[in-house]
Amino acid sequence: MSTGDNYEAAASNSATDVARFDETSSGFVGKIHHALHVTPALVPLIVLLASIVVFGLLLGSKFFSPFALTLILQQVQIVGIVAAAQSLVILTAGIDLSVGAIAVISSVVMGQFTFRYGLPPGLAVACGLGFGTLIGTINGWLVAVMKLPPFIVTLGMWQVVLAANFLYSENETIRSQEIATQAPLLQILGTKFNVGGAIFTLGVIFLLVLVFLLAYVLKHTAWGRHVYAVGDDPDAAELSGVNVKGTIISVYALAGLICAFAGWALIGRIGSVSPTSGQLLNIESITAVVIGGISLFGGRGSILGTFFGALIVGVFTLGLRLAGADAQWTYLLIGLLIIAAVAVDQWIRKVAA
Amino acid sequence: MEPMLKARGLVKRYGKVTALDHCDFDLMPGEILAIIGDNGAGKSSLIKAISGAVVPDAGTVTLEGKEIHFRSPIDARNAGIETVYQTLAMSPALSIADNMFMGRELRKPGFRGSVLRQLDRKRMEEVAREKLSELGLMTIQNINQAVETLSGGQRQGVAVARAAAFGSKVIILDEPTAALGVKESRKVLELILEVKSRGIPIILISHNMPHVFEVADRIHVHRLGKRLCLIDPKEHSMSDAVAYMTGAAVPEAA
Repeated sequence: MSTGDNYEAAASNSATDVARFDETSSGFVGKIHHALHVTPALVPLIVLLASIVVFGLLLGSKFFSPFALTLILQQVQIVGIVAAAQSLVILTAGIDLSVGAIAVISSVVMGQFTFRYGLPPGLAVACGLGFGTLIGTINGWLVAVMKLPPFIVTLGMWQVVLAANFLYSENETIRSQEIATQAPLLQILGTKFNVGGAIFTLGVIFLLVLVFLLAYVLKHTAWGRHVYAVGDDPDAAELSGVNVKGTIISVYALAGLICAFAGWALIGRIGSVSPTSGQLLNIESITAVVIGGISLFGGRGSILGTFFGALIVGVFTLGLRLAGADAQWTYLLIGLLIIAAVAVDQWIRKVAA
Repeated sequence: MEPMLKARGLVKRYGKVTALDHCDFDLMPGEILAIIGDNGAGKSSLIKAISGAVVPDAGTVTLEGKEIHFRSPIDARNAGIETVYQTLAMSPALSIADNMFMGRELRKPGFRGSVLRQLDRKRMEEVAREKLSELGLMTIQNINQAVETLSGGQRQGVAVARAAAFGSKVIILDEPTAALGVKESRKVLELILEVKSRGIPIILISHNMPHVFEVADRIHVHRLGKRLCLIDPKEHSMSDAVAYMTGAAVPEAA
């Protein structure tokens, strides 16, 4: 075969330093952009620290005390745990509207199995955790195998689980004193201990451990990388050898399990087992995730961001209440934060190709 | 000689469209087989059927004489068939190293790997860097930069490097030089020849006739969902090949 004009030879003496990235021209804004692109949890961290400083300056020691700051942790523990589950699902470009319902029905299972059937509390708790995992697995199966949109699946599951919760519990609350005397294990995550004026509960410790555990798993295990890959581009992930269905099902199942733990923590927080509690957990968890900088389109963000997002909501809620402002101001500011967070997400996604 | 990879009577229909119409296919050990054909001739469907991305409606595929039934690309990969898809199949937000090892991550030795399931990032980065520099295809400064920050040619290079690093039986390249400049194309062609010298057969799908005629040992002309003919690039001209694949001329053998 003859090549005729050997056009490739003309390129043989060309410059050898190809495709060097010009980093100086990007400037200050470019550097911020790059930093945010690499570490998406920076934005909520900065917002969190700024809001703590602002409220601290405005309110002084009333806000800036170990007691008040750890009170925030206690107030966000349930939302924080549920938001961790929500983060996993949203990282796969899904959404889970049934998180709150799973938490509540799991707590009802733990309570009713103990008091109605007389099971040992430890076994009842295990049943509750298993039940939450089961619902999550069904969600995951419907999304991954039946290819139904996550929004629809979990919207339906939310209603189904909530209704089942009321039917099964007969809308009956198990009172706090009964639990405290007969099955204190159910309230164990509410156990408080004092470290120099700072009040922690086991539920708060659980939240902290959970966040760091998930951060580790997402960053340093193959499964964690697969969660991101599936959320980023499921077709590409499938072609490059990721078990997409398995990953999605495991994510929803794990989310169900974490929500069941949230249900357990909920008993500790409110003392009783109430089928009417936790109604807003789904919206509150999505709020924390979005403010935490996790992209609703999947594949971007970090669990630490979600944790900061939940704390931001907690700081605003407590700070504004201590300042004597109308509670509506909290919602108004949170709403603005959500919109700002999504705007920042869009900006981060813009990458100079 | 027994073909490395052989397909007989492959059929794939999408509704009323027949993408593969009783298609035969042979890949001999150690050869570079080019597949050419017009747009819509069914080249991609053929590749997908071989690489497990679609399951054919009928027909058989045999690898080294053993019949295989891939249900997914993972099956094909486990059997040693690596594919570089035209879409490249990479996760844009993840790093180069993450993408190269997607689905076959290396874990740390000992307790941290087996119990904590911790990834051996350092080794994955080293191997990824080594494979990329073997190619000489690019000067990547940071192996941890997200794939979406790379240019089209660099992404292609990463995808080809990934296939070359892991393919043990067959490597399939779908339009590997389509997005590349002259120098980068040359590097990929050199890589293809280097992979061949290791004894691994390559299936090359390309519209670039000079590239096809330069590296291919045989050329599979695909037309209307089946193999029209096999031609030897030393005995046929590019014009012949184009005439066959567009239907302007009929090969003597057929």
